[in-house]
Amino acid sequence: MSEVTTESRTSQETPLQGAEILVRCLIRHGVDTVFAYPGGASMPIHQALVRHADRIRTVLPRHEQGGAFAAEGYARSTGKPGVVISTSGPGATNLVTGLADAKMDSVPLIAITGQVPTSVIGTDAFQETPTVEVCRAITKHHYLVTRVQDLTRVLKEAFYVATTGRPGPVLIDVPKDVQLSAVVPDWDPPMNLPGYNPYREASSRDIRRIAEAIRRARRPIVYAGGGIIASGASPDLTEFMEKTGIPVALTLTGLGAVPGDHYLCLGMLGMHGSVYANYAINEADLILAFGVRFDDRVTGKLSEFAKNAVIVHVDIDPSEIHKNKPAHIGVVSDIKYVLQELNKIVQPGDYRDWLRQIDRWRETEPLKVPDRQDCIMPQVAVRELWELTRGEKTIVSVGVGQHQMWVAQHYRFMKPRTWLSSSGLGAMGFGLPAAIGAQVAHPDCTVIDIDGDGSFLMNIQELATVYCEKLPVKMMILNNQHLGMVVQWEDRFFEGRRAHTYLGPIDRPEAIGKGGSETEPYPNFVEIAAGFGIKGRQISARSELRPALEEMLAYPGPYLLDVLIPYQEHVLPMIPSGATVRDIIKE
Amino acid sequence: MDEIFDELSSAGREHQRHVISALVQNQPGVLAHIAGMLASRGFNIDSLAVGETENPELSRMTFVVVGNNRVLDQVRKQLEKIVTVVRVQDISSEDYVERDLMLIRVTCPPERRSEIRELVEIFRGRVVDVGRNDLMIEISGTEKKVEAFIELMRPYGIKELVRSGRIALVRSSSFRQGNGQTGS
Repeated sequence: MSEVTTESRTSQETPLQGAEILVRCLIRHGVDTVFAYPGGASMPIHQALVRHADRIRTVLPRHEQGGAFAAEGYARSTGKPGVVISTSGPGATNLVTGLADAKMDSVPLIAITGQVPTSVIGTDAFQETPTVEVCRAITKHHYLVTRVQDLTRVLKEAFYVATTGRPGPVLIDVPKDVQLSAVVPDWDPPMNLPGYNPYREASSRDIRRIAEAIRRARRPIVYAGGGIIASGASPDLTEFMEKTGIPVALTLTGLGAVPGDHYLCLGMLGMHGSVYANYAINEADLILAFGVRFDDRVTGKLSEFAKNAVIVHVDIDPSEIHKNKPAHIGVVSDIKYVLQELNKIVQPGDYRDWLRQIDRWRETEPLKVPDRQDCIMPQVAVRELWELTRGEKTIVSVGVGQHQMWVAQHYRFMKPRTWLSSSGLGAMGFGLPAAIGAQVAHPDCTVIDIDGDGSFLMNIQELATVYCEKLPVKMMILNNQHLGMVVQWEDRFFEGRRAHTYLGPIDRPEAIGKGGSETEPYPNFVEIAAGFGIKGRQISARSELRPALEEMLAYPGPYLLDVLIPYQEHVLPMIPSGATVRDIIKE
Repeated sequence: MDEIFDELSSAGREHQRHVISALVQNQPGVLAHIAGMLASRGFNIDSLAVGETENPELSRMTFVVVGNNRVLDQVRKQLEKIVTVVRVQDISSEDYVERDLMLIRVTCPPERRSEIRELVEIFRGRVVDVGRNDLMIEISGTEKKVEAFIELMRPYGIKELVRSGRIALVRSSSFRQGNGQTGS
């Protein structure tokens, strides 16, 4: 307490520069780590960060996109807002993909960008871009701060907006002269957000209506997503599931919302969800859609999705209700509140016939793990890693593509915030920087980036961050030398014609789809890792898999394991884009 | 359908004209934000008018949107989602006053002035500028009235025309029942 009063006394007397105010604001809002890449227009902020290095850790990514994804990894794994800082112009435009990703997956993120001085804004000055204009549609809110006295209010509003309601990214663009001019700050100014009302709770009538719909149902199912994680409602959903006996299917962002090995957890639904989860959602007479948005990768053809079911849709964002699929009961509310209220009144239902039916599907149509002795199958690699890390404090991040789906299918996430995936946007290159952010936030956890060779290459420069920031991140690359998901679509929908989906030299036969997998893999990830000072190992024999995984997990520092896998393998099952559960591809 | 279920607004293929009134924070970029959101989500706007209100911190935007109920529901909710938007009302279902202001310059040789002035009076407009061979006329009123006047002026020859876009306010609630909140 004495510290706070000292600070406020001195601040009443001494004017402070904008950059100093900004960093002190971050500390006051509980920020312990920022991911920041300096440049001309953000240097004053970095000077201030150095002055406060005892209170706030500054991680230097090797590309601003890596910084944004790392801040997301921090935010997704903790629930606290991630903070990324860049300079103006190219620094700011390099944040764009991360902002769009945070918007899509509702991740609380504070992005601070330097801007050219206010006197030259609009003159096409060196490293000037209209950052707010560029980022408007991909942020939850945004600010261009033109007066230093506005900084404390803007920071306060930004943290409030980013973390309340449906979370999302907030951009703060700070011209260099604002960073350098001084003012006596008002540390706790009133916010000016007359139109922002994020707290939504269902009415008691809504709760009774949902309970009545549940009472009437014979074949109910919960379809739960990222909203459960964002609202911290995992324990409440687990209690609801166990109390009622209603099975739960999860979206990609919802994995970990209930324990993945629970009998009532059907795993992921949708395009690459299990057959039984998709059959169940299709045959259900009641769908409890909790914290989801009826994304096209879940529903396929909307008009056919859950055609005969009563749909209860609860979401904190009013614009999601009736957006894609009209709901019979649409409720705007924090899902945690709804589940807590429901848990007070719901009764165990008699769903024996329904669960028996789901069991039959589970037996006849399980997720397939095609093990082979002559090579390492990707599903096997993921399963083995899951076996070795279950029960441990483990966080897994992924890139985008086949490997991402295999992890979603075969790694059983037991807890929320242990699964980091660019889900709505599908941004390749997410895995490594996200793992960095998670490792910084959780020094005691094993953090593993399970990546594809294509995705890994997209932010490979972050190996330098891993090494230099002394982060023991583990990297398992499922390396098939191809853009596997696109190859899969080529095989299914384009007669297998390869079109720039082979990642090796263009004069090799694989480039036109004529090769086996006997050629030397390109690039040599183990040598690259060595160049960055990171230990690595490449394996291709089935017998090496387990010992290599054990070696990676036991190694005290960062470790890259390059696992060569066949590129011919498809992610199955698969419901083609815009199709229905009847069109599900199993072979 | 059932007492526990929401009334599912029949997606409704019929396209209706809706007047949406939004109070927004009077800050730089709000108009661009809203215009960008409407464009990127593919909503069609017939008319858009912006101006300050009695409170200098707030502006009022009036949109005319054509679409079915689901489109309108989304337009309203997506507008409300923008942090600087304070309040959104679809006032089409309410009793409201709507005006469109037009300035129109028509060809008018001196011998036809009285004839046109007569029409202007019938429409309760005003002649605001007189040239050797043309007149500038100010007309305000509902969209239909303004458009009827345009049709009347066509034979004389319209040289230039500008319209403000529609603005609207709900009538005083003291004579109406209910509190004016549309809670659907």
